[in-house]
Amino acid sequence: MSDDTLVHFDKVTKRFGDFEVLKNLDFKVKRGEKVTIIGPSGSGKSTVLRVLMTLEPINEGVVYLDGDPLWHEKRGHELVPASEAHLRQMRKKLGMVFQQFNLFPHMTVMRNLTEAPVRVLGLSRKEAQERARELLDMVGLSDQADKFPPQLSGGQQQRVGIARALAMRPQVMLFDEPTSALDPELVGDVLKVIHRLAEEHDLTMLLVTHEMDFARRISDRVCFFDQGAIREEGPPDQIFTEPKNQRTQEFLHAVLHPEA
Amino acid sequence: MLFGYHWDLTSNWTFALSILPILLHGMLVTIEATLLGFFIAAVLGLVFAVLRGSPTRLISYPVAFIVEFFRDTPLLVQLYFLYFVLPNYGILLPAFMTGAVALGIQYSAYTSEVYRAGIEAVSRGQTEASRALNLSRADTFTRIILPQAVPRIIPALGNYLISIMKDVPVLSVVTVLEMLNVAKIIGDRTFQYLIPLTMVGGLYLLLTLFASFLVRALDTRLPKRGIPLK
Ligand SMILES: Nc1ncnc2c1ncn2[C@@H]1O[C@H](COP(=O)(O)OP(=O)(O)OP(=O)(O)O)[C@@H](O)[C@H]1O
Ligand SMILES: [Mg+2]
Repeated sequence: MSDDTLVHFDKVTKRFGDFEVLKNLDFKVKRGEKVTIIGPSGSGKSTVLRVLMTLEPINEGVVYLDGDPLWHEKRGHELVPASEAHLRQMRKKLGMVFQQFNLFPHMTVMRNLTEAPVRVLGLSRKEAQERARELLDMVGLSDQADKFPPQLSGGQQQRVGIARALAMRPQVMLFDEPTSALDPELVGDVLKVIHRLAEEHDLTMLLVTHEMDFARRISDRVCFFDQGAIREEGPPDQIFTEPKNQRTQEFLHAVLHPEA
Repeated sequence: MLFGYHWDLTSNWTFALSILPILLHGMLVTIEATLLGFFIAAVLGLVFAVLRGSPTRLISYPVAFIVEFFRDTPLLVQLYFLYFVLPNYGILLPAFMTGAVALGIQYSAYTSEVYRAGIEAVSRGQTEASRALNLSRADTFTRIILPQAVPRIIPALGNYLISIMKDVPVLSVVTVLEMLNVAKIIGDRTFQYLIPLTMVGGLYLLLTLFASFLVRALDTRLPKRGIPLK
C-alpha cells in the first residue's frame, strides 16, 4: 500500500440478510483527495460511508484507514474483529455529516459543537468554546450559538452539522447527501461551506451527492456506483463529459435531463 | 378506638369527623406505600430496560423473561409469595416493606416498557451522530438519549404512580394498615361501614385528582424536545 493512501476498501462485501449491498468492493482514497460518489438509489453509496464511519459492520474483506484495519485488530499475524476500544481509536480520524443533520435538538448550537470535544478529546469547556466560535464564524453562524437546532433553518442546521464534525479535527470528512433534505434556496449556503473546505489541501473528503455541477467543481475524482461496486471512476471532466460505461451514461442522462 | 382516636357515634356527622384522623393516618400509609413502590418500580424498571437492550443475549433474554413473568402474574400472587414464602428462606421483611416491594416489582415490568418506548422513540440518527462524534456509550445514553426520552417517559410514569396508588389496598391482605384496611377495621368494630368506606372513596378521589394534576402540570412544563443542555 502506497504511503499516501488514507482509505482502502480491500474486497469488501456487506450484506443485509441475503442482499449484497457492497460486492467485493475495491476502493482507495488518497490523503487530501476529494472524492465524489454518484449513482442510482440503492446502489450502496451511503453504505460505503456508513461502513467507514463504523456505523455498519462488514461481512468480508478489510477496510484500512491510514494503514490500520478499521473493522479488525491485528493479533499476531491474524486479523480479529475489532473491539469497541479499537473502533473508538479509529473514529478519531473520521467525521460525518448526515443528510438529516442529526443535530442534538436539546442542546444549544454551542453545546452541540463542544460536547464531544470536551467529553472525548478532553478539551476544557473554554478551549472547546473558542474552537466552536471559530468554526461557527467559518460557517457564517456566529450569531446563532445560543439557539437550539429546531429554531434554525435547514441550511443553518446543516452548517452546524458540518461545524460539529469539524470540531473533532478529523482527517476524513464524510458527507452523505448533505443538501438533499434542504429547500432549494438553502442549498447554496451549505455548498459554499463545503467548497471552502475542499480548498483545504490536507482534508480528505468523501461526498455522496446528487448536485452534479457541484461535484464537478470540487472533486479530484468521481466514482460511479452501481449495484454495490464502482462501475466507472475518473476525473470529473471525463466522467461528466465522456463517460465510457453505458450505465454511467444512462444515469447521467437521467439525472441531468430529468424531463427527457 | 384506633391509633389513640375515639369515635363518636352520636350522629353521622360526629362519627365522620371523629374517624377522619384515623383515616388520614391510613392515608399517610397509602401515600408512603405508593411513593416507595413507585420509587422501586422507577429504578428497577430502568435497570430492566437497560439490560433488555443489551447486545448480549445471555443478558437480554433472561431479563425479558423476568419482566414478562412479573407482568403476567397477579399482584396478589407476588405479594403472597413475598410474604409467606420468603421468610422460609430467612428473608423477613415487615409487612409494609413487603407490600411496597411487591408493588415495585409488579410495576417495574410496566415502567421498563415505558423507558424502552421512550428510548426507542429517540431517533436512530441521534445514536449514529453520537457515534460519529466518538462519544462513549455511557455518554450517549446519559447525555443524548435520556434527556430526549424523559419528556415522553415522565407522563407515562406519572400514570403508573396513580395506578400504584389504587393498588395499595391489596396490601391489606398482608395486614398493612393502609386507608381501606383502616376503614374496614372501623366498620368491623362499629358495624358502620357506609360512612368510613364512602370517606375512603372521597379521599382516594382527592388523592388521584391531585396526582393527575401534578402529572399534567409537569407534562406541560417539560420541554418537548428534551431536557435542555446549554
Ligand atoms: N439497515 C438496513 N437493512 C436492510 N437493508 C438495508 C439497510 N440499509 C440499507 N439497506 C439496503 O441496502 C441498499 C443500499 O443502501 P444505501 O443506503 O447504501 O443506498 P444509496 O446508494 O445510499 O441510496 P440512496 O441514493 O437512496 O440514498 C438499499 O437497497 C437499501 O434498501
Ligand atoms: Mg443514501
